[in-house]
Amino acid sequence: MKALLALEDGTIFEGQSLGAPGRTYGEVVFNTGMTGYQEILTDPSYAGQIVSLTYPLIGNYGINADDFESRRVQVEGFVVREAADIPSNWRSERSLHAFLKDRRIVGIQGIDTRALTRALRVKGVMMGAISTEETPEQLVARIRSAPAYGGTDLNRQVTAERAYHWPPYTKQLGDIAAAEQRALELPALDQVPRVALLDCGVKYNIVRSLSALGCEVTVYPCTASADEILSRNPDGIMLSPGPGDPATLGYVVDTVKRLIGKKPIMGVCLGNQILGYAFGSKTYKLKFGHRGSNHPVKDLNTGKVYITSQNHGYAVDPDGLKDGMEVAHLNLNDGTVEGLKHKELPIFSIQYHPEASPGPTDSSYMFETFVRTLTAN
Amino acid sequence: MNSAPGHRKDSVLSETRKKIVVIGSGPIRIGQGIEFDYCSVHCVWALREAGYDAIIVNNNPETVSTDFDTSDRLFFEPLTSEDVLNILDREEPEGVIVQFGGQTAINLARPLHEMGIRIFGSSYDSIDLAEDRDRFEKVLSELGIPKPAGRAVTNAEAAVTVASEIGYPVLVRPSYVLGGRAMEIVFAEEDLRRYMQYAVDVSPKAPILVDKYVLGKEVEVDVISDGVDCLLPGIMEHIERAGVHSGDSMAVYPPQSLSQDVIDQIVDSATRLARRLEVRGLMNIQFVVDNATNTAQVLEVNPRASRTVPYLSKITGIPMVRVATHVMLGKTLKEQGYVSGLHPNTGSISVKAPVFSFAKLAKVDIGLGPEMKSTGEIMGMDTQYSKALYKAMVASGIDVPTRGSMIATLADADKQEGAGVIRQFSDFGFDVYATGGTARYLKTVGIDAIEVKKLHEGEGNIVDLIKSGKIDLLINTLSSDKRIEREGTQIRRASVEAGVPCLTSLDTAQALLLALAARRGGEDFALATVDEYLAGTVN
Amino acid sequence: MPRDASIKKVLVIGSGPIIIGQAAEFDYAGTQACRALREEGISVVLINSNPATIMTDTEIADRVYIEPLNVEFAERVIARERPDGILPTLGGQTGLNLATQLAEAGIVDKYGARLLGTPLKSIRKAEDRHEFRELMREIGEPVPESWIVEEESQLDEPLKSGIWPLIVRPAYTLGGTGGGIAYNEAELREITRRGLSLSMHHQVMIERYLAGWKEVEYEVMRDANDTAITVCNMENFDPMGVHTGDSIVIAPSQTLSDKEYQMLRTASLKIIRALGIEGGCNVQLSLSPHSFDYYVIEVNPRVSRSSALASKATGYPIARVAAKIAVGLHLEEIDNAVTRKTLACFEPALDYCVVKIPRWPFDKFNVADRRISTQMKATGEVMAIDRAFEPALHKAIRSLEVGIYGLQSKASSKMSDVEIEEAIRIPNDERLWAITEALRRGVMVEEIHSLSAIDPWFLRKLKGMVELETEIKSQSSAILAASEAEETPPADVVSLLTRAKRAGFPDRSLSDLTGAVELQIRKLRKRLGIVPVYKIVDTCAAEFEAETPYFYSCYDSENEQ
Repeated sequence: MKALLALEDGTIFEGQSLGAPGRTYGEVVFNTGMTGYQEILTDPSYAGQIVSLTYPLIGNYGINADDFESRRVQVEGFVVREAADIPSNWRSERSLHAFLKDRRIVGIQGIDTRALTRALRVKGVMMGAISTEETPEQLVARIRSAPAYGGTDLNRQVTAERAYHWPPYTKQLGDIAAAEQRALELPALDQVPRVALLDCGVKYNIVRSLSALGCEVTVYPCTASADEILSRNPDGIMLSPGPGDPATLGYVVDTVKRLIGKKPIMGVCLGNQILGYAFGSKTYKLKFGHRGSNHPVKDLNTGKVYITSQNHGYAVDPDGLKDGMEVAHLNLNDGTVEGLKHKELPIFSIQYHPEASPGPTDSSYMFETFVRTLTAN
Repeated sequence: MNSAPGHRKDSVLSETRKKIVVIGSGPIRIGQGIEFDYCSVHCVWALREAGYDAIIVNNNPETVSTDFDTSDRLFFEPLTSEDVLNILDREEPEGVIVQFGGQTAINLARPLHEMGIRIFGSSYDSIDLAEDRDRFEKVLSELGIPKPAGRAVTNAEAAVTVASEIGYPVLVRPSYVLGGRAMEIVFAEEDLRRYMQYAVDVSPKAPILVDKYVLGKEVEVDVISDGVDCLLPGIMEHIERAGVHSGDSMAVYPPQSLSQDVIDQIVDSATRLARRLEVRGLMNIQFVVDNATNTAQVLEVNPRASRTVPYLSKITGIPMVRVATHVMLGKTLKEQGYVSGLHPNTGSISVKAPVFSFAKLAKVDIGLGPEMKSTGEIMGMDTQYSKALYKAMVASGIDVPTRGSMIATLADADKQEGAGVIRQFSDFGFDVYATGGTARYLKTVGIDAIEVKKLHEGEGNIVDLIKSGKIDLLINTLSSDKRIEREGTQIRRASVEAGVPCLTSLDTAQALLLALAARRGGEDFALATVDEYLAGTVN
Repeated sequence: MPRDASIKKVLVIGSGPIIIGQAAEFDYAGTQACRALREEGISVVLINSNPATIMTDTEIADRVYIEPLNVEFAERVIARERPDGILPTLGGQTGLNLATQLAEAGIVDKYGARLLGTPLKSIRKAEDRHEFRELMREIGEPVPESWIVEEESQLDEPLKSGIWPLIVRPAYTLGGTGGGIAYNEAELREITRRGLSLSMHHQVMIERYLAGWKEVEYEVMRDANDTAITVCNMENFDPMGVHTGDSIVIAPSQTLSDKEYQMLRTASLKIIRALGIEGGCNVQLSLSPHSFDYYVIEVNPRVSRSSALASKATGYPIARVAAKIAVGLHLEEIDNAVTRKTLACFEPALDYCVVKIPRWPFDKFNVADRRISTQMKATGEVMAIDRAFEPALHKAIRSLEVGIYGLQSKASSKMSDVEIEEAIRIPNDERLWAITEALRRGVMVEEIHSLSAIDPWFLRKLKGMVELETEIKSQSSAILAASEAEETPPADVVSLLTRAKRAGFPDRSLSDLTGAVELQIRKLRKRLGIVPVYKIVDTCAAEFEAETPYFYSCYDSENEQ
């Protein structure tokens, strides 16, 4: 079936339908990672976005039961040059196409994704739409009348409905309802570090990483109050990544402000931006963002360089930072802020993804640093 | 920043500069090695120096030519006419250069010419004149340049007739060959018939060439011609006699045994051929100097850069590819400061030697013949022939001590000549082992040979001896007797497996003696940079 | 850290002649290294016995010695030139062995020089099987059960283990010379004997042969600041048992999930760090097709054929960067020569598929054993780039110049079913075409997989190509007619031609399949606008603007010339 992808500026790509037929709308972004499409599809930070992968052969290893980063597919639409008909991998349970169709995700394949990337690189990310039903004119008109990315609170859409509990040394959560129940009933364990995670769109692998280090994690919806979060007396607080424009998340910033000084805090991605706001700074939108598995970041304290997994469209403006917060990591490609660290308090954050999934695991030590902080306190 | 000639820092293609496409040489294979990548890169440099944008097409990831900053544009593409034409459609260059990418590139001359693409340098017709046997023979007879007698045939009967006319031995090969594929020296009618059956099977449509096998030295020259003047940077004389493929022969610059008269013949023939063929750029000519008549006869010409170009360029200091490229762009040799004729000898003596990869190729016979088998080459430079030989021997893996143990197995035809060579090894203090016939023969001429069992004579045989690690060298000449050869093949393979140098040509063995003598002399070998050799400032 | 200012003159050791296992890649690496050093104001002395190389041009190196690559002549060059440093890791195994010998003989110290880049002890750790295994055990990286054998009598232990088949690899040889796979005691003894005689250190390693496991390589780099990156990973089409130089290789890997990709990447970086390599390094790993189990097979602590391939496949100049690291620079201080906007400290992102096919010399040696195994036989290789696997494979095939232009070879079409099965089961130079021939004859992908253990992903791609070939054949009269007519052919013919070109079918194959004249097909295509566009290899999947005009063709929409 024929499908069209249109961009805000009127550019039209014609390809074939991938996944479900129909129409979809979102901010069109590209990711340069060569593996990890299942993780990308299910990463809540892609809510509201149509994701195009620059690597042309996607779906080769299928979809499996383990590599979900959240319960659902989060992207609004999916763009690939070629989707594998029949995947090949021992864990594969179904093809990309069948999976997307089942989850009612509208996608497009067979287009010149490199041309799309170049367009986004030159003009910046744009709103766009995929459709198997409309004419190019209808598509462009629809894009122009729809709200821009950042205009809706995507975090409330992707966050946990209720608080839930993830025990230590647990890779897969299994039944989420049981976990929610546990969060209410189980007494806090004293033997293990306990982390309260403020979920603005968390990826499971953040929770898995903490769990693998022996932490007991309680995940709170992004609307949870500071008191609620502190009620179980956690040893530390993790601020999750998530979609959207951080400038619109004043209520989360307020919550975080109330947590400062009470507990060690680590922020990841959106969590970094939230902490930036909490310490007086602002964020600005990057032209086409950082999305991929190959971004070099320098830790200014150690002078070490790491290859990181990234997914963000906004960066922290270093100029406004105050109250002891400092820039601690820089992106070596464009010099943007990749991490913050407080001079005295056990508070730090990074713009990239130590949980990887997809991408390199070079920065997993960040979780270890955090957990050490918890046990030291 | 970058010192490579013609290197420009701006990589954006200019609107004003004209573009020329250089066709590369594809994968490294036997017969088409790294030399052509060397030539392609130098051509690119010369084009840039001359103010053109150089575009390279090649598909070999191992090379300098496919480095992204070698050319103005790199197309990593197959070298078929379709793929090249697609690029030409987009780029619309002034034309293409096919002289530097070996046979791969020259083979594209015809399809590109037929599509109306301009070929820089020798025209397609000139290339065809050199490559088409009939047309080329007419040229030779018109110019009165001698060649070994012979004809093209299409069936076994005709082959036998031609062979009986010109007399055995004859050299037979398909008319279209690269690296001497399916080439053989045939001594008798029976073998010729067997060959014809096999060869015609290989390429049913192409005729087979039957040529007189001329006993003598092989010599090769590369010429640069602008159509008027013709420069011969140097002559390389093969060390092994005719019959060993030029790519498998050791060769020396300058020639060590050619008379001035023969050199004059070579220069004269080369010059007249280049003019007649209207060569613009490079051409390679192979001669055989007939021992009987002392005439330089033309074996073949290649209307392109050959594998000796990088060697001669370094030896003589003449940047041959650069000069040839400028000729193709319209600058005469005179304008470049060169005159017709043979360039004066430089101070060094240089020996080029082949290197084989037999250890990697099970079941391949290592005996040298008209089919090329080497995968690479090296060079030894010094101020004396024997020393240059020694360096070439060592560098090519024939690292033999000045005394030790050796095995000799000589074919009947070689016994007399071979005994002379073995005697010198014996005189050096080598223990000489030999199998039955050879041992007896050596004893009759007074060489104290230790007899060793043949392969089928049970334990402690020749192969066991080779594998024992006691042997430093094996000299095994090839027999025309198939029964003997079966054993010879096994002996030679054993030497490969055991890492013992094995020589199958008495000429190579004689050269080794000369080299070992230099080593025994105890004098220092020269040590100088390429530039110092050229400047004659070697201490 | 800025470059080490005490280094003013460096000796670069070349790799000598072209032999199987050591082809033109070291001229490429050496030339890049010389240029990189001279950019830093360093004077370069070069020694190589092979003058048919660009590195031995006086435009590339300051002082060039065409001398044998042995201790005697190298010492004399060092004594005369007194270099501050010697760069040993760019001249292949030949250069590395010579540098090792010079260092061990005390010659490097004697003349006040030092080896640059990867320290000698790292090289030893990587190359000595025993030391390497010990190190892997220390850092918890799995290696297959193996035994170091220095004489035949030591075969008792491997024989007692009951593990079959076993693979024999000699230490310190080029391209795995003298190795092989043994299925029984007699074979084990014979291969061991041969391997021992060919090993410079009279040492072979015998280990569990991982039949049917995937073979994956990572090209990694590390600097003195301990920053380590992956330049490229590559997946072998042929499973374990075929020398990587004799394997069809695809970059990047196609059948590894992110978990598997990252697991092996992490292992590779752990290994380069544990070895303390300063420069480039190739890590070969074997991955189970049925689990997350993997083994570390081998490490090359230097630039190699694989690194040349990785450089061309990604646009990342490994040798150049390795040379800069050797004189003290850190990855973050070296620019990315392709984008000139970013740094050498990043991991290339590919937005295309690369296929390498070895070029074997069997056209020269009719009598040679055409089976391929752990002992490399190819003299060279070709690489092709396209936006998908099928056209890249097609391009690589026609680059080989072996008289085959597509999916059909004369040899395999003449084979009996039994011969086809044999040619698929036992790796050989004809295997690719034996597979396509089998598919043509209706053999199932599952059966070919069980014979060859080649991943079904590749086999299904081949099957798709054969099906397209059948479709073209079935439409041959329509295509033939279109090629001879002036008017526009029916839409289904246009669509079929487009699909055929997107899958890389050359006009010549279309001509063979349809009977149309090749040039007429070309004319028809051009009339229909079915012509390739050219895209740039830019190391970054178009994320940044590239300065370097390195192109490949594809039947996609946007032309970037």
